[in-house]
Amino acid sequence: MHISNGIINGPVAGVFAALALAALTFCVLRGRRDLDDRLAPMAGLVAAFIFAVQMLNFPIFTAGVSGHLLGGALAALLVGPWVGALCVAVVLVVQALVFGDGGVAMLGLNITNMALLGTAAAYLLIAGLLRVLPRTPIGLSVTAFVSALVSVVAASQGFVFEYWLGGTTDLGGNLAGLAGTMAGAHLLIGVGEGLITATTVATVAKVRPDLVYALRALKPAAPAPVPAVGGVR
Amino acid sequence: MTGSPPARPAERGTSMGAGHAHVLYREVPSPVHRLAPEAKITAMVLFTVAVVATPREALWAFAGYAVLVALVATLARVGARWLLLRSMIELPFVLFAFALPFLGAGERVEVVGLSLSVDGLYGGWNIVAKGTLGVLASLLLAATTTTRDLIIGLDRLRCPQIVTQIATFMLRYLDVLVGEARRMRVARVSRGDDPRFLWQLRGFAAGVGALFLRAFERGERVYLAMLSRGYSGRMPAVWQGAGAATTGQWLAAATVPVTAAFIAVTAVVLT
Repeated sequence: MHISNGIINGPVAGVFAALALAALTFCVLRGRRDLDDRLAPMAGLVAAFIFAVQMLNFPIFTAGVSGHLLGGALAALLVGPWVGALCVAVVLVVQALVFGDGGVAMLGLNITNMALLGTAAAYLLIAGLLRVLPRTPIGLSVTAFVSALVSVVAASQGFVFEYWLGGTTDLGGNLAGLAGTMAGAHLLIGVGEGLITATTVATVAKVRPDLVYALRALKPAAPAPVPAVGGVR
Repeated sequence: MTGSPPARPAERGTSMGAGHAHVLYREVPSPVHRLAPEAKITAMVLFTVAVVATPREALWAFAGYAVLVALVATLARVGARWLLLRSMIELPFVLFAFALPFLGAGERVEVVGLSLSVDGLYGGWNIVAKGTLGVLASLLLAATTTTRDLIIGLDRLRCPQIVTQIATFMLRYLDVLVGEARRMRVARVSRGDDPRFLWQLRGFAAGVGALFLRAFERGERVYLAMLSRGYSGRMPAVWQGAGAATTGQWLAAATVPVTAAFIAVTAVVLT
């Protein structure tokens, strides 16, 4: 999904860079409120985890971008939409600056697709599905799977939209083909991403439900059980 | 624990706290290494913007940029072979570039019996040239800057603290994650699992949730240890002040983007 320098023209890249900067500023303002002692290490780990899984790259030959896991849904579930978008954006910035993955001049486009679009789509679905589905491990797993799948496809269509706006090569009637290839390939990737997100979140929710942001945000904080002095006898 | 099994080659010499350098960092003394990170980051970003703004028909301009990259690489004592091997990361994009001449619309030319789109040929060249120059520039930054310096540089460039904090923990926890994954693999193998090649994936996928939790719990301990040593969301003030870019360093770093901007403006005027 990383757009390399020269695939989209300069003006469109500039507009999206401004857009991404504005949105990230908003995320910083909102995220500051969320980032407490529990969320800070979690945000770092989510970012490291996303960094690691994004190393698995599959080239999509006819579409020209590499396909890989994005992690937007995982981030939205575990650290919330604001810090989550920042986590994915940090991954993209470090990748662009030192690993040459995705062009620096295209950073605005990449952040818009993967950090903003992916996380936003995932979080909207999470917020909706968690209300509808039963509060069971299966309900949470289904939510994670569906939101991850949809967020990956949404991010891939963001690229198609940007290519339509400012692709450096006129593909003529092939743009629909590009959209189809991207959607198809990312549907497959989305299934993989959905499975990884669902297993990870289900395990975390089983052992440490307090760490799952999505569960915290919806449930009014239950009064914490006060342990009896000396433990339960 | 006595009689522990001999360490596998992969596990030797991995210490968790050593993560100030990364795989791409080349430890040699050079003027580029000594340059303050914020100046290097700014120069690299501006250089890339100049490259991308160059019209694709100005072939000579890209040769000029390549010379500029080669000069910086020589100054930084980074070998050409190392640069070329590492730039393989953009291979997927190059493949797209090769598909473009067949996919592009508009005017077509015959090249050794193949009908190719002119626009597609230029588009392919555009991606290969600009992509490669961008990758080389970021590799040069990576080869001459440690991760610690990178974050200090971002901090000095007024990057919000929450962002540098996430970046700090991300780079720190990458080692934690890799370490936990290795321990879990050793645990699996020592219980009789004998995965070969792709079949390792199954065991890994089944344990990915456990890996995440283990890494989190270890990472939480790392975080608490940092807090108890006075960490307050920002790296020590000593680091912030020392080695900030002087005017001379800014000027030295500016030579690269200024030259690139000169080339880009000339190319825009000429085409």
